[in-house]
Amino acid sequence: MKVLVPVKRVIDYNVKARVKADQTGVDLANVKMSMNPFDEIAVEEAVRLKEGKEHHAAGTVDEIVVVSIGVQQAQETIRTALAMGADRGILIQSDADLEPLAVAKLLAAVVAEEKPDLVLMGKQSIDGDNNAVGQMLAALLDWPQATFAAKIEIADGRATVTREVDGGNQTLSAALPAVITVDLRLNTPRYASLPNIMKAKKKEIAMKAVADYGVDTASRLTVLKVTAPPVRSAGIKVADAAELVSKLKTVGAL
Amino acid sequence: MAVLVIADHDATHVRDTTHKTVTAALALSPDVDVLVVGQGSKGVADAAARIAGVRKVLLAESGELGHTLAEAVTATVVPLMVGYDAVLSPATMDGKNFMPRIAARLDVAPISDIVEVVSGDTFIRPIYAGNALETVQSSDGKKVITVRPTAFTPADEGGSASVETVTGTDAGKAGFVGEELVKSDRPELGAAKIVVSGGRALGSAEEFHAVIEPLADRLGAAVGASRAAVDAGYAPNDYQVGQTGKVVAPGLYIAVGISGAIQHLAGMKDSKVIVAINKDADAPIFQVADYGIVGDYKTIVPELMAALG
Repeated sequence: MKVLVPVKRVIDYNVKARVKADQTGVDLANVKMSMNPFDEIAVEEAVRLKEGKEHHAAGTVDEIVVVSIGVQQAQETIRTALAMGADRGILIQSDADLEPLAVAKLLAAVVAEEKPDLVLMGKQSIDGDNNAVGQMLAALLDWPQATFAAKIEIADGRATVTREVDGGNQTLSAALPAVITVDLRLNTPRYASLPNIMKAKKKEIAMKAVADYGVDTASRLTVLKVTAPPVRSAGIKVADAAELVSKLKTVGAL
Repeated sequence: MAVLVIADHDATHVRDTTHKTVTAALALSPDVDVLVVGQGSKGVADAAARIAGVRKVLLAESGELGHTLAEAVTATVVPLMVGYDAVLSPATMDGKNFMPRIAARLDVAPISDIVEVVSGDTFIRPIYAGNALETVQSSDGKKVITVRPTAFTPADEGGSASVETVTGTDAGKAGFVGEELVKSDRPELGAAKIVVSGGRALGSAEEFHAVIEPLADRLGAAVGASRAAVDAGYAPNDYQVGQTGKVVAPGLYIAVGISGAIQHLAGMKDSKVIVAINKDADAPIFQVADYGIVGDYKTIVPELMAALG
């Protein structure tokens, strides 16, 4: 079966985002960018499904297609996924920062073209923090969704997914095709080896434009401003537990 | 303008997060109805009807709705939206699961995790792990919004709304297999007044139980954990506080052996008072802590227990 894995190029998770002085957004000039950490987990799981590693049966997946929507440099993000073991890539070029609804519509168009049996993707991107695209894609396709996956088992045309929910775990079973969004605990992504990085350079990335898909990507939300959160006033170091307790009592925290 | 709030509940009790979401909804419109989806949830509907400001309560029950599967909740909510201009849910794992699905069905852009209602179409939400706040204006006819509960005060009790039954729909797309819920007598993490969290420095699950839990119990606090502690298996994953775990804003947050990575701070930096106990004086947690003690938790936590009497 075929898996589609959407990936996003985002600010590196170790970088503290800084708001621009003119309040138009976050300053991304000269900032390290990387693959969204949740998307790495999705790519890793797709590759494990193909390799038949861990609890996955060998040959569960025979092709992994990676798709990204974004600027020209998002090619690097796709190359990273190819070096991890994906087979080919699609880049839908867009200089605009598309909203989740537009992204979901474009991905639905890619699904219509590629006809995957499964879409595996991150539960949220660490820039917009929306946690929406996977659920919206499932809705547009009228496919079942299994979000926040901590364990995935694919067998007999069904996905059995253990999900992280408030208060513990929940297990669902859904007929394929389905959309699964992955959580942190699903796996530990591999590092691409140098030979695999070299091999990835020969793998195909199809270059597309938003206009190729004929979907409405107009913004529904206008960002009026982006501001820095209130700064906490500097605290103090206390010498010992007794002093801490007396301070906490003074301020009414205890 | 009429607003629908999807209640958060455990089949017998309506959660505090619902009251907080009603507060956000009342900032949009005085006409706020609450929808209770579930199975055997008449008691929840009656409790929701007592929230001050609620106009009426709609109760939708069917088998699959008992597990709030996204497909079934969406199939139930979307037809109801003919009569509403906005639908709100707390940004719980359930709300995050079904609200974007509802939004896509309505062809609108969802607005995730709002912390402030500026006007009927303008909202403030955190982005980049809480390092920036975005003010967004929606041009959609209907709004689909998840609400960060810690940013709103709970609506009072004292209402007397009527309860109506509506049709619950099972979309039949996905099936519930089972669940394992962590049993705890402690306050719920999201609603607790005090939270005691442990990090990687604890070193083992045994140490986590032996150090963090007695301190939490002494203070009547909920227990939280950093991602590192959860990944290492010291604590269950629903204890995780941070960008991708729970967001808390208690009166007092005590971080034990937590360095204070960006992702962790995103989940607790709106706490009223933050205390850090860490042996590394340069740990980033001290930049947000109101009170810090530099030292080994192994000596400081027992001293703290003693000082508390």
